[in-house]
Amino acid sequence: MPLIWIFASLLALGAVGYAMGRRRAVAVAGGDARRLHSLPNYYGLNVLLAVLVPSFGVLFAWMLMQPMLIEHSVAAGLPAVTAEHTLVMSDVRRLAEGLKTAIAQGAMSGDDMRALATGDGTIRAALAAVGVALGSEVEPVVLIAAQSYLAKTQTGDVLRTIVVITLAVAGFYWAMGQTNTAFRARNTVERAVLVMLMAAASIAILTTVGIVFSMLFETINFFGQYQIADFFFSTTWSPNFRGNSQLGILPLLWGTLYISIIALLVAVPIGLYAAIYLSEYAAAKTRAIAKPLIEVLAGIPTIVYGLFALVTVGPLLRDYFAQPMGWGESGSSVMTAGLVMGIMLIPFVSSLSDDIINAVPQTLRDGSFGLGATKSETIRQVVLPAALPGIVGAVLLAASRAIGETMIVVLGAGAAARMDLNPFEAMTTVTVKIVSQLTGDTDFAAPETLVAFALGLTLFAITLVLNVIALIIVRTYREHYE
Amino acid sequence: MKDHLSVECEAILQPKIAARDVQVHYGETHAIKDVSVDIADNTVTAFIGPSGCGKSTFLRCINRMNDTIGICRVRGDIKLDGEDIYDKAVDPVQLRAKVGMVFQKPNPFPKSIYDNVAYGPKIHGLARNKTELDEIVENALRRAALWDEAKDRLNQPGTGLSGGQQQRLCIARAVATAPEVLLMDEPCSALDPIATAQVEELIDELRQNYCVVIVTHSMQQAARVSQRTAFFHLGNLVEFGDTGQVFTNPQDKRTESYITGRIG
Repeated sequence: MPLIWIFASLLALGAVGYAMGRRRAVAVAGGDARRLHSLPNYYGLNVLLAVLVPSFGVLFAWMLMQPMLIEHSVAAGLPAVTAEHTLVMSDVRRLAEGLKTAIAQGAMSGDDMRALATGDGTIRAALAAVGVALGSEVEPVVLIAAQSYLAKTQTGDVLRTIVVITLAVAGFYWAMGQTNTAFRARNTVERAVLVMLMAAASIAILTTVGIVFSMLFETINFFGQYQIADFFFSTTWSPNFRGNSQLGILPLLWGTLYISIIALLVAVPIGLYAAIYLSEYAAAKTRAIAKPLIEVLAGIPTIVYGLFALVTVGPLLRDYFAQPMGWGESGSSVMTAGLVMGIMLIPFVSSLSDDIINAVPQTLRDGSFGLGATKSETIRQVVLPAALPGIVGAVLLAASRAIGETMIVVLGAGAAARMDLNPFEAMTTVTVKIVSQLTGDTDFAAPETLVAFALGLTLFAITLVLNVIALIIVRTYREHYE
Repeated sequence: MKDHLSVECEAILQPKIAARDVQVHYGETHAIKDVSVDIADNTVTAFIGPSGCGKSTFLRCINRMNDTIGICRVRGDIKLDGEDIYDKAVDPVQLRAKVGMVFQKPNPFPKSIYDNVAYGPKIHGLARNKTELDEIVENALRRAALWDEAKDRLNQPGTGLSGGQQQRLCIARAVATAPEVLLMDEPCSALDPIATAQVEELIDELRQNYCVVIVTHSMQQAARVSQRTAFFHLGNLVEFGDTGQVFTNPQDKRTESYITGRIG
């Protein structure tokens, strides 16, 4: 039975279970729902869960396990288990898929398939006829392996269907048997909901762990081929796909930090002042118009900001500042990217800070006014200190955005890895280099490609440290203030 | 009614605060109607009345806190020491330094106890150096009967104090700016009975140096701490006189009903 049909029948059985469980509960109570422990819906839901949860659980586990087990047993039958093992296995899989398609389309029967022989080109011809192209003539071992692969898969699928449907039906009868007036269906259903909520939370956490580990393995791979000290302390970045590359992270880190700092120098004061104006001084009407307008900035795709940097800000800075002052000739520069990125970050700082400043209780302001403080004294000495933990959080959020930004840097600051103090020179960041090392025709075993993972992991570590610092700051101040 | 007025004139030879025909509008709502009242120095004057009667609104007219509310308009005449506080020449910020305020809910700033009290003096430049500031802070805390409890923890956050201590900190904060008038807007409504007793005792002591005006929901409290009582009802000042007289021999039917618990 195809997968979609299994899904459909499980869902249908669940729906039927819900309706029957509900009806049965009402019937057991003699038509008077007040005699039941829980509302009739809960009895229905209990049956629904008993049908779906175990069967879907087994189904997914089966779908994960079956290919692994079959591949293992088929691979054991292959004579030469060598470094090309994975290549041979992928041939086997492709051939098995092809044969399956051919049978499904009626081009050959199951017996035909089992009777196939190699060496006369019939397989290629037969499969080409149903739209499956094979690169070369099939070797006998591969054909045997593919036939066994196909057979085992089919047996597995049948078994899967039987097991899953049996489980669902068993769950149905079990839950129906439970349904009586004393059964605490509500508590059972709520416990199931709790488990689902926990599962959702753990998926988010496990994914993060998974990402870190996948990066970690590739990074370890990279450091097997490249000196760890050279990566962290070399000041030269010159990858060379013919080998002999110098992959020092320092110029990239310098570019990242330089651009981020300029961006924050632009975004934090402007964003904070905007927030103070909007939350403390602006009339309600002005605020209602201005706040969404500022937030529009956050909705502009960064590639558009990048274009703005490339065609407007970059040439402007070059023609009116860099060239007349003799600071450089480059159209793309750290300054360009920093300024434009700063503008992009303004709404992050202002919108969050505005909400935080608004959350400061009015009684604090009244207290300050009541002592004869002016509005600006109140804001500086009472409102901002009270809002500080949140503002720090907003700034650090903006900082992580700045560090992770790519498009504005590519178009605004260029792609030249360089360590320089002159803000009108082209430089580049870690993220840009991750992209450029992974795009194009690359060899995933070469250090020039693997370095991208090391760069990514370093970036992740930096933002992690930033977040931890933010947490610590917020916590100390909170102890101090609230 | 004539007798009553003459008694009043005797009691207040030179009123600290003199309000005449004060009207307050919140947008469309007419919150205060024709209120005229004379408040004497070195006295505790209590404003009582049911919720929404305008007593807090009137209190907030005296230090122009109503200015911070956009839709609020105040008309009429309020004189502090014979000077019109709604005159254009008067800076409301300066006025509020002279007329301190304590709020319903204790609202210490998110700063240390010391900085809370030093806030006003620092803003108004009352201290020439650190020693003087220390003195002002100590005096204010002593006046608010908080010094003994707070002297060893001046650098700890004011928000870490108990509710009653927080309210006394707010009183100390108001006292530190050397005001002439202290306005208290239901200062004990968020406190337990013991803290309330401490604050009430404090209010009685503060009378020596300040003109105190207190808004309260509790008639017992008004009877305990005040010398003069004003009864507000639906935005009108119904009755104003010596506390003892208002509570034992009210002139107006509405006052009597309120005090005996029939309205409010």
